[in-house]
Amino acid sequence: MSHHGEDTKFATKLIHFGAEIDKATGASSVPIYQASTFHQEDVDAHQPYDYTRSGNPTRQALEDYIALLEGGTRGFAFASGMAAISSALMLLSQGDHVVCTEDVYGGTYRLLTTIMNRMGVESTFVDMTDLAQVRAALRPNTKAIFLETPSNPTLKITDIAAIVAIAQEHDVLTMLDNTFMTPYHQRPIELGVDIVLHSATKFLGGHSDVLAGLAVVASDSLGRRMKQIQNGMGNVLGIQDSWLLMRGMKTLKARMEGSETSARRLAGWLSEQADVEAVFYPGLPNHPGREIHEKQSTGYGAVVSFDVGSGERAKQLMSRVRIPLVAVSLGAVESILSYPAMMSHASMPREVRLQRGITDGLVRYSVGLEDIEDIIEDLEQALRG
Amino acid sequence: MKIESRLAQIGSIQEPVTGAVSFPVYQATAFRHPKLGQSTGFDYARTKSPTRKVLEDAIAQLESGDAGFACSSGMAALQTIFAYFSQGDHLIVSLDLYGGTYRLLERIMARFGVTATYVDTNDLDALEGAYQPNTKGLVIETPTNPLMMITDLELVCTWARKKGIVSIVDNTLLTPYLQRPIELGADIVIHSATKYLGGHNDVLAGLIVTKGKELSEQMAILHNSIGAVLGPQDSWLLMRGMKTLALRMERHEYNATAIAKFLLTHPLIDEVFYPALETHPGYEVQNKQSSGNTGIFSFKVKDARLVEPILRHIQLIAFAESLGGVESLMTYPAVQTHADIPLEIREKVGVDDRLLRFSVGIEHADDLIADLSRALEAAQAELEGASQA
Repeated sequence: MSHHGEDTKFATKLIHFGAEIDKATGASSVPIYQASTFHQEDVDAHQPYDYTRSGNPTRQALEDYIALLEGGTRGFAFASGMAAISSALMLLSQGDHVVCTEDVYGGTYRLLTTIMNRMGVESTFVDMTDLAQVRAALRPNTKAIFLETPSNPTLKITDIAAIVAIAQEHDVLTMLDNTFMTPYHQRPIELGVDIVLHSATKFLGGHSDVLAGLAVVASDSLGRRMKQIQNGMGNVLGIQDSWLLMRGMKTLKARMEGSETSARRLAGWLSEQADVEAVFYPGLPNHPGREIHEKQSTGYGAVVSFDVGSGERAKQLMSRVRIPLVAVSLGAVESILSYPAMMSHASMPREVRLQRGITDGLVRYSVGLEDIEDIIEDLEQALRG
Repeated sequence: MKIESRLAQIGSIQEPVTGAVSFPVYQATAFRHPKLGQSTGFDYARTKSPTRKVLEDAIAQLESGDAGFACSSGMAALQTIFAYFSQGDHLIVSLDLYGGTYRLLERIMARFGVTATYVDTNDLDALEGAYQPNTKGLVIETPTNPLMMITDLELVCTWARKKGIVSIVDNTLLTPYLQRPIELGADIVIHSATKYLGGHNDVLAGLIVTKGKELSEQMAILHNSIGAVLGPQDSWLLMRGMKTLALRMERHEYNATAIAKFLLTHPLIDEVFYPALETHPGYEVQNKQSSGNTGIFSFKVKDARLVEPILRHIQLIAFAESLGGVESLMTYPAVQTHADIPLEIREKVGVDDRLLRFSVGIEHADDLIADLSRALEAAQAELEGASQA
C-alpha cells in the first residue's frame, strides 16, 4: 500500500501495518487461523502455507508487522523471549565465542552459561559501556556481540553505534535485546545491528497476558538462516497469542508515551527524596549514559530502578505498596514492582550481584498507566510507613 | 481409574473458586507474590502457568511418567530434549524417521557437536554396531512414519538401560491410549500433540514426559531456559481435544483397518504398510506392546505416475501435510514430510515416489473407500488415456 512508505510516521505504521484489513472479508482484524495444516491444491504448486510450524497467516502478519516497525528485512515470532534469544544463539556453532553484556537478563545468562557452553559455545561477559573491555574480549573465534541497552535492572547505556563499528571491523554479528525501548523509542537496525530481539511479553504485548518473543533480522541471508532455525526447532508462537500480541502492539505508542511521561515524573520525584539513595533512569540529568542514550533513542522508557538503602527498607516497601503488582516481569498497563535481589537475580552469588550494582536496597519499578499522582502518593506512604 | 475416564476428566473439577467444569484459560504472564519471598507456586508464565500445568500433569499421568512439559510444537519438544545432550555426544536414531527430526539433527545439532547414527532400532545387532563410547541417547519411533516399522520397546529399552543411555520414544502415532512406552522401560516419551492428542488439526503442540527425578528436574530447567513453551489457549485447546482421544482412536483404527484391507486387494496397489494387518512383519510385537493400532498407514501404488492424479481426484480426503486429525488427510512423503531426508536414505527405507501416507479420519469408512476408489479409477483412466495418446 502506498501509505506504507518509509516516511510513514511510526504511529501510523502501528495501525496500518499491511495486514490490518483481511483481504477476503474486509474484517478489521487479522483472522485467527487456528489450523495446524493447509490443504494443498496441487502436488507441484507451491502454496505459501503448508504446516503451521513452517508458516501461518496470523503469525505471518505479526512477523511482517514487527519487521516493519524495526526496519528489518524479516521478522520471527517465538513462544517466549527466551525462545527468540535461544534461536538467535543457535545461529552460532560449536567452537564459537560470544561477547555479552555483563548485566544481561538472567535468563540469557543462564542459557549461555548452562546450555550453550555445553554445546561448545563460549561466552565472555563484559561491561559493555566500556569499549576497551569489549575490544579486549574479542577473540579470533568471536562470532557475536550480545547487548542490552538500557540494561536491566541498573539501566546502564551502551553506545550501539560504537559497538556496531567494533563488530563490523571484526566481522562479528551484533544481537540486541530491545525489550526495554521497543521500536517506538529505539530502532537498532537503523544503527547497524544485525538482529533485534524482544521479550514481547513486556511493552510490545503490554498487558501481562501473552508470553511471546520476537526477532528481526537486518539481511536476507540472516533471514533465511533464522527461518531454518525457527522451523527446525519449532519454538514458534501460537496463533491466538500472535493475534493477542498484535492487538497489544496497536496501542504501543499511546502506552509507551503515557508510561514514559509518568516514569520521568517518578524518577524526578524519587531523586528529591532524602531517603532514596540512588535513582537509575537514563532521563535523569546526572545519568552517566544520558548523552549516548539521547543520541540513539527517542525516549527514556518506563522502567525506573532505585535504591532505598537497605534490604530491610526494600522489603518494607514491597509489603506496603498498594498500586503496583509485586511480581517479576514488567512493561504492562499495570505497574509492576520487582525486587531483583530476591527475584530475577536471586540465583546470583551476592558478591557478583553487588559488583553488578544490584544492591540489597535496589527495587525496579515498571511504570504502568495508572495516574502518576496516585503512583507517587502510594510510594510516599510505602516509603514512610 | 481406566484411561478412558482419566481422559474425559482432564482438568475437570480442578478449579476451586468457581467449580467451572472446564479449567480456565489463564492468559496471565505474571503472578502477584502474596508477600516478598512467597509465591503462589506461579511466578512467571514461561516457568509455570496454571492452564499449562493441568495439561502437563495430565499427560505425565497418562504416560505413567513423573513430569510433563508442554512445548510450542513437537519439534520444540524434541529440541528441548536434545539440549539435555552436549557437544561430543552421540545419538542412535530410528532410520525411518520424521523428516523434521532428521533436519534438526543434521542441520542444527550437528553444528553443536551432537552426532547421530540412523539404524533400524528393532535390530539389536544394528544397535550394538551403532553404539559408541560417547553414545548418550536412543531415539525410537514405533510405529515409524511413514513405513510403520515396529520396534520391540521392552527389548530395546532394556538394551539402552544396560548401556546406560537415555531412551526416548516418540509416541505420537499411538498415544498413551494405545501404548505407554514408560511402562515398557523408556525414560522419555515425546509427542507431536498436534496429531492424535489434539486431534482436530487446529493446534500446534508438543509434549514431553520424563521418568525419574533427575531427568524430570533437568527437563524442567531446560524447558524454562529455552522457553519453547506452549501458550495457555493452545494448552486449553489441546486438553479439550484429549478428552475425546479414546473415542477418536477407536474410530481411526476401525476406519484405517477397513481401508487398508480394501487397498490390500486393489489391482493398482502394490503394498500396504499397516501393523494391524497379519501380513505386517511387526504384527506380533505390536500386539504385545500396544492395545490397538494407529489411524495412519502408508501404501505403494504400482506406478509413480498415478500419484499426482490420485491427489488431484480425491475430494473428501484433503491433500495436506500432518496427520492425526478427525479429517482424513493424504500426504506424499517424498515431497512433503520427508523432503529433507537425502534420497539415498529415503530409498534405503522405502520412502520412494510411489509411497502415499493416509491419515484416516473419523468420517464413515464407506465414504472414504468410495472417494479413494473413485480417485484410483480416475487416475488409472488418465494414465491409460495418456499412454494411448
